[in-house]
Amino acid sequence: MVNVTTQGLPAQAAQAKAAQAAQAKALAPAERALSMIGGDLTEKSLKLHLEGLAGVDAVGLEQRAAALGTRSIKTTSKAWALDTIIELIDLTTLEGADTPGKIRSLVAKAVNPDPSDATTPRVAAVCVYGDMVPHAVSALGGAWSGGTGSGINVAAVATAFPSGRASLAVKIADTSEAVASGADEIDMVIDRGAFLAGNFGLVFDQIVAVKEACRRSDGSFAHLKVILETGELNTYDNVRRASWLAILAGGDFIKTSTGKVSPAATLPVTLLMLEVVRDWHRLTGERIGVKPAGGIRTSKDAIKYLVTVAETVGEEWLSPHLFRFGASSLLNDVLLQRQKMTTGRYSGPDYVTMD
Amino acid sequence: MTDREKPAPSRFLDYAPAPESTSILHLKPSYGLFIDGEFVDGHGAPFTTISPATEQPIAEIANADSSDVDVAVAAARSAYTRTWSRLSGADRGKYLFRIARLVQERARELSVAESLDNGKPIRESRDVDVPLVAAWFFYYAGWADKLDYAGLGPNPRSLGVAAQVIPWNFPLLMLAWKVAPALAAGNTVVIKPAETTPLSALIFAEILQQADLPAGVVNIITGAGNTGEALVNHPDVNKVAFTGSTAVGRAIAKSVAGTGKKVTLELGGKAANIVFDDAPIDQAIEGIVNGIFFNQGHVCCAGSRLLVQENIHEDVVDRLKSRLMTLRLGDPLDKNTDIGAINSREQLERIRQLSDIGEKEGADRWTAPCKIPDKGFWFAPTIFDNVSTSSTIAREEVFGPVLSVLTFRTPAEAIAKANNTPYGLSAGIWSDKGSKILAVADGLRAGVIWANTFNRFDPASPFGGFKESGYGREGGRHGLAAYLESAGWASPQAISTTGSTSRKKATS
Repeated sequence: MVNVTTQGLPAQAAQAKAAQAAQAKALAPAERALSMIGGDLTEKSLKLHLEGLAGVDAVGLEQRAAALGTRSIKTTSKAWALDTIIELIDLTTLEGADTPGKIRSLVAKAVNPDPSDATTPRVAAVCVYGDMVPHAVSALGGAWSGGTGSGINVAAVATAFPSGRASLAVKIADTSEAVASGADEIDMVIDRGAFLAGNFGLVFDQIVAVKEACRRSDGSFAHLKVILETGELNTYDNVRRASWLAILAGGDFIKTSTGKVSPAATLPVTLLMLEVVRDWHRLTGERIGVKPAGGIRTSKDAIKYLVTVAETVGEEWLSPHLFRFGASSLLNDVLLQRQKMTTGRYSGPDYVTMD
Repeated sequence: MTDREKPAPSRFLDYAPAPESTSILHLKPSYGLFIDGEFVDGHGAPFTTISPATEQPIAEIANADSSDVDVAVAAARSAYTRTWSRLSGADRGKYLFRIARLVQERARELSVAESLDNGKPIRESRDVDVPLVAAWFFYYAGWADKLDYAGLGPNPRSLGVAAQVIPWNFPLLMLAWKVAPALAAGNTVVIKPAETTPLSALIFAEILQQADLPAGVVNIITGAGNTGEALVNHPDVNKVAFTGSTAVGRAIAKSVAGTGKKVTLELGGKAANIVFDDAPIDQAIEGIVNGIFFNQGHVCCAGSRLLVQENIHEDVVDRLKSRLMTLRLGDPLDKNTDIGAINSREQLERIRQLSDIGEKEGADRWTAPCKIPDKGFWFAPTIFDNVSTSSTIAREEVFGPVLSVLTFRTPAEAIAKANNTPYGLSAGIWSDKGSKILAVADGLRAGVIWANTFNRFDPASPFGGFKESGYGREGGRHGLAAYLESAGWASPQAISTTGSTSRKKATS
């Protein structure tokens, strides 16, 4: 009995001390977090900041999203919306079965979405696995933006996508390799396990490290999109905290999902992330991008997102450097709607090309 | 330019017009009074109902004088004694279910008529008013054969003929609130819609014909205040139900005093919408907007006084203003319109007058930058900041899109300020902390309290006020009880009828 207490106490005290030390541990000095939270950037100060954010009422949020979904976008507004949707698409293939041939076919679709109508705009980017980046770059050829800002970007998913369950070294290697092969944009996943366990500092430090790995040899950076995988975070309060965390750590974009977990992007989640981005802009004047990904398959749905963006953060966000759709089948539905607006008739899936 | 060429709209947010078609309406040039199942001419001078958005006439409407009121009440009395009170609850329910389904079938037509005549956005009449009308009839249809469970003991009795006078803010919905429980309980009805919004009630009369409701069970008479007065004061009505202003409600209470008529009054309000510093802020902003700008603020339970905790006052007002700039004011029939027209010139004048007083009394006025159409009656969403509790706009019901912002420091002060009004119809509380919501709700003297939401209605929930907001409840079981009286738990009739039912069961 006596032995147990004498042995138990120091062990507990040591544990408590270790926990305290972890709380006090300084985090990577990301610029935004330093200016928002202050010089004493620690796990504890980050946690206090994130937990001090206003809560989200789920019923109210979903009601607002549903109300935005009732906007009726017709005629000239619809035509503009359809073209804008195409310009905002990250045309995506993320399959284990991806081959160089599949990537070439995807790129051909990105460059020339509708061979029957030369006025069709091109998509913003193609989004592929890291090892497919060289194939995408060579297939794009002259259409590749190559960091110039005009042309089609190549986005690569990285950091042990989609689960994010790998060591930091692996995640960094994954990222730098994609950047070195020419990726203009990196879509990283956060460590949801760490986030749900309350290790906000770990999630934060990893984003900062991946951001650093996005640095090219000339000192410029590949754009960093941070995937929150909102379907696994489960609550809107978590989504709001993770969005703030990703922005504080230096993300250029916050992205809803990998597309591998259900539910993927939903309108309420996207609305919530847009509200965070709006608040960040109100506070700092800085513009952060938002990318809903997965599950947006129809023009009708995509138009609801455009309305939500325009009425939440303002329509200047309806531009490829601030808003993207992560999608594959969406493009063909938009093309069908577009053809209908030109000809007045609905055609069918045989009148748009496979990717 | 074809649709295909990418237009360069100056702004995407200037959505292209998306008007709801009026071709679904088959309006007659003139409407009579609906008495004893037929449209008949009125004996008063007919009047014209106009669209408040364009000031264009819609139709000519008959005007009921006191002789018409006599005929309508007589028709309701005869239908009560000969038909309706003799039907079983299940049969009454069948008619109500039929009406509910017909309302759903003709929902688009009713929505368009409502927006045309009232000026409210089609989005609201389509998504709120008309679906709730159907819900109300479905709900009370279910009650018709279950009156024993209305809380009044076995075999509660209907009252007889109900005289009902309704306002112009939710013309068809208020009709449903009044007619559905009255019929379910076994009463017959003479109802007078508001002078400026008779159209949807007259289309509803066509629905009653379609539903084959026995003649005289519902009579709809149109006219102005004196028609309503004649109806309410008619000696052969047993029940008076009124929704409208406190001044008229007070007059009705006086006139029916001592007559033995049962009365329910649903009058004005000056609801407090209380926002604590731990509120879910984005949803609270939406709730404030929905609380006061829904239906152009023509809502008796509108959250017209925003009580916001002082430490977040500036942030809330700031966010509110940015949000209001995205509201779209204009053609009520456009599917993207958020704020429609003010119902009448008279009401517009009253809103203007009170707003001017608010400004004179020193409150800071801010108006959303909306383009106001040339014709029709319009008032842009307006906020008055730094309003004191003694200001006229914090005490009087404006009944328009005008919000007064006041601050408080503690929950106790919030409760005291919220209750500091002659009204007591509704209130809202915004906080992420459940225990605080419950504690504050306990202290509020208001009939309806919304937590983290505002202006939500359900037929199962009773609605009504404290103090000058009136008495009696509408909706739910309580709303049913307003059209019934107890047979008495131990009355011989109650005992004998229940006794006979059980004997019948035993022998069958």
